[in-house]
Amino acid sequence: MSPSEDPGTNTKKKKPTVKKRPQGVRLVVDAELCKGCGFCVEFCPTDALALSAEFNRKGYHPPVVVEDDCIYCEVCELICPEFSIFCVDEKEAPPDNGGGKSGTQKG
Amino acid sequence: MEASAKTTKQSKFAGKAHHLATPLLRTERMPHIWCPGCGIGTSVNCFVAAIEKAKIPTDKLAVVSGIGCTGRVAGYTRLDSFHTTHGRAIPFATGLALANPELTVVVYSGDGDLSAIGGNHLIHAARRNVNLTVICVNNFIYGMTGGQVAPTTPETARASTAPYGSYEPAFNLPKLVETCGAVYVARWTTAHVRQLARAMGEAIQKKGFSFVEVVSPCPTLYARLNRLGDGLDMMKFFRDNSEIRNQAPTSELDIALQGKIVVGKFVDREAPTYLQKMNAHLSNVLGERFNRWGEPTASGEEPY
Amino acid sequence: MLQSADPKGVLPGEHYLDGDWACAEGALAAGCRFVSGYPITPSTEVVERFSRRIPTVGGVFIQMEDEIASSICLQGAVWAGRKAMTVTSGPGFSLMMEHLGLAVMTEAPCVFVNVQRGGPSTGLPTQPGQADVMQARWGSHGDYEIIAVCPSSPQEAFDLTLLAFNLSEEYRVPAIVLLDECVGHMFEKVVIPKAEDIQVFARRYTQQAKDDYKPYKVEYDGWIPGMVKAGDGYNFHITGLTHDERGYPAMNTQTQEVLVHRLVDKIRLNADKIARYEEIQIEDAEVVVIAYGITSRVAHAAVASARAQGVKVGLLRPLVIWPFPETRVRELAQRVKGFLVVELNYGQIFYEVERVVAGRARVNLLGHGGGTVHEPEVVLDEIMRVVRA
Repeated sequence: MSPSEDPGTNTKKKKPTVKKRPQGVRLVVDAELCKGCGFCVEFCPTDALALSAEFNRKGYHPPVVVEDDCIYCEVCELICPEFSIFCVDEKEAPPDNGGGKSGTQKG
Repeated sequence: MEASAKTTKQSKFAGKAHHLATPLLRTERMPHIWCPGCGIGTSVNCFVAAIEKAKIPTDKLAVVSGIGCTGRVAGYTRLDSFHTTHGRAIPFATGLALANPELTVVVYSGDGDLSAIGGNHLIHAARRNVNLTVICVNNFIYGMTGGQVAPTTPETARASTAPYGSYEPAFNLPKLVETCGAVYVARWTTAHVRQLARAMGEAIQKKGFSFVEVVSPCPTLYARLNRLGDGLDMMKFFRDNSEIRNQAPTSELDIALQGKIVVGKFVDREAPTYLQKMNAHLSNVLGERFNRWGEPTASGEEPY
Repeated sequence: MLQSADPKGVLPGEHYLDGDWACAEGALAAGCRFVSGYPITPSTEVVERFSRRIPTVGGVFIQMEDEIASSICLQGAVWAGRKAMTVTSGPGFSLMMEHLGLAVMTEAPCVFVNVQRGGPSTGLPTQPGQADVMQARWGSHGDYEIIAVCPSSPQEAFDLTLLAFNLSEEYRVPAIVLLDECVGHMFEKVVIPKAEDIQVFARRYTQQAKDDYKPYKVEYDGWIPGMVKAGDGYNFHITGLTHDERGYPAMNTQTQEVLVHRLVDKIRLNADKIARYEEIQIEDAEVVVIAYGITSRVAHAAVASARAQGVKVGLLRPLVIWPFPETRVRELAQRVKGFLVVELNYGQIFYEVERVVAGRARVNLLGHGGGTVHEPEVVLDEIMRVVRA
């Protein structure tokens, strides 16, 4: 389950409202590089990420964008120790944005 | 919101096809060897972001690492990079920096490598104010070799060579390097990615001996041996237990086991570098006989 | 790639120098512009001289905080494009062993000077010994070969330091100048030629293009990769780990075999080209004395006395001690009755000679604990004993 669903571990502030999102950008995940550390999910300021139910080849759950709340702030790109999640020009994005195919259900 | 906000944000990502770090990573060697939840990769991200933002000419940038997990950074960066011996990155970097003052030399190594076996070199390079930047990733332990105690391991924390908990006082690295003469001293954790990137950029561009301590999780050894959860748990701990106090006295920066972590920029002062002092002094003493070392910078300054 | 020396580093003319000072002059003449050192008797005068000369020549001297720092600082300078040297004696030489290995593994051309003193441990700081010869060869861990030279006079301290720089550039291997305290602290005439008459081996840089650059791809003489320096845009990686042609760590048996075998063979299979020795009255000798450094001068006097008495004895004096002149010694072993190795230790090159001779002739040792040199009369007596035996 994602951190924002479990009040016991959620030490973050209330999720901010997204006012304006850049256009022409996608958030892409290179699933095979992900080691499932969960940093991106935890540090995303808009709770836009969750670890997917899918596995990559090494057995990790790569992240997937759960909602359209990504504001392309690039924090996940900076904080990912594996260099596996990043914003790209939508023209450069792979068809499925990489990553896991499905997110967990939001409560 | 400004009407042009949409256009501005679009142009920032226009044409971007890769991760920000890709141009400076040896991508053919990915995935790297660092554990899931290790913060070293995060620190490298901040490093690359800092280089790109400050527009440091990468052809003149050299990275020198020692031995250990952080020591592997040199091998993953697509720069002139040197994986040297344990504890000795700083004297190697000193040789590089003095032999070619046009180089921007960054030492990127771990707390054990830099403050235990490399401690002597750390204090002398700081004392001399050699024009180097030292990025010290502090995970409070010797990770690569299986979790032995380090000079930074907090008292009572366990390590493989301190199985009942350490009873040694731990180094306060910012205080150490400030005392020795460093002109720029900062500490951030890997949870503070934006501040860390900014600090790295400032440190690299600063003339003289700059030191950035990066507090980082070690999930496999430090966290496991001390039952602190995994890398994510440590990251959350860093976020929730750090106190930003820029210009705090370095004597107040000790870190206890699961204690508060004071972060910020603590020292940022001016002092002539080793090379500047060498050139000034020898010029003074020898006059015209002196053959000054190093070319002036592009803006006509003395080499530093 | 021999070229004339840079005149800025050359003091042409006749000088009265001690071996340490002459060594510093040899380095300057060779183009050395970076020394990182640490004081230790009896080597200190080398860096004292260099520190006095380099500000007017143009370069850097830095006294580092210890020998460990000194022995790696010079390597940073090498990778920044400079010819560089460090200087020490026995206890410091021991501290430098790890970094000697790093220079071997990364193929960094550089010079380590050891002005030998009595050992082991703190030993006899102001008195001679020659007991570091095997350490110069085997002191670092792992399989490797290095080059070492043995000056026997201040003039040779100049000449062979220059040779050490040249050989280290040609073979991309650290070269060791094995002085001893006697030669280091002895004042004699040293003639330094004009810069245009001094041959210096220029560093051989890579011919490869920058993209897809491989720092350890062999480019010269069938053995040697082209060198590179930081700041030129090659974005190369160097590591002490076992590495492939790209310079990346590749810790597997196959890479180890390819890399380490080449590091060893590039010297071992070129040993005859690297060998330099002097022979005195060898042609009809029945007994050959082998001696190096200061001891060779004592041995020379003893050999001359023996010849005056009609004894057919000669002297083989290696100038390059590592790689050892095996081929020549093996040749001589075919026809001489025996060898007498005279050295200021209790047997180091003696064992090397025994190994090479492999029983074809007798090998004798006249050892000495150090502290002073052999007396020529004692050497003469031993020569006579060997001849009569």
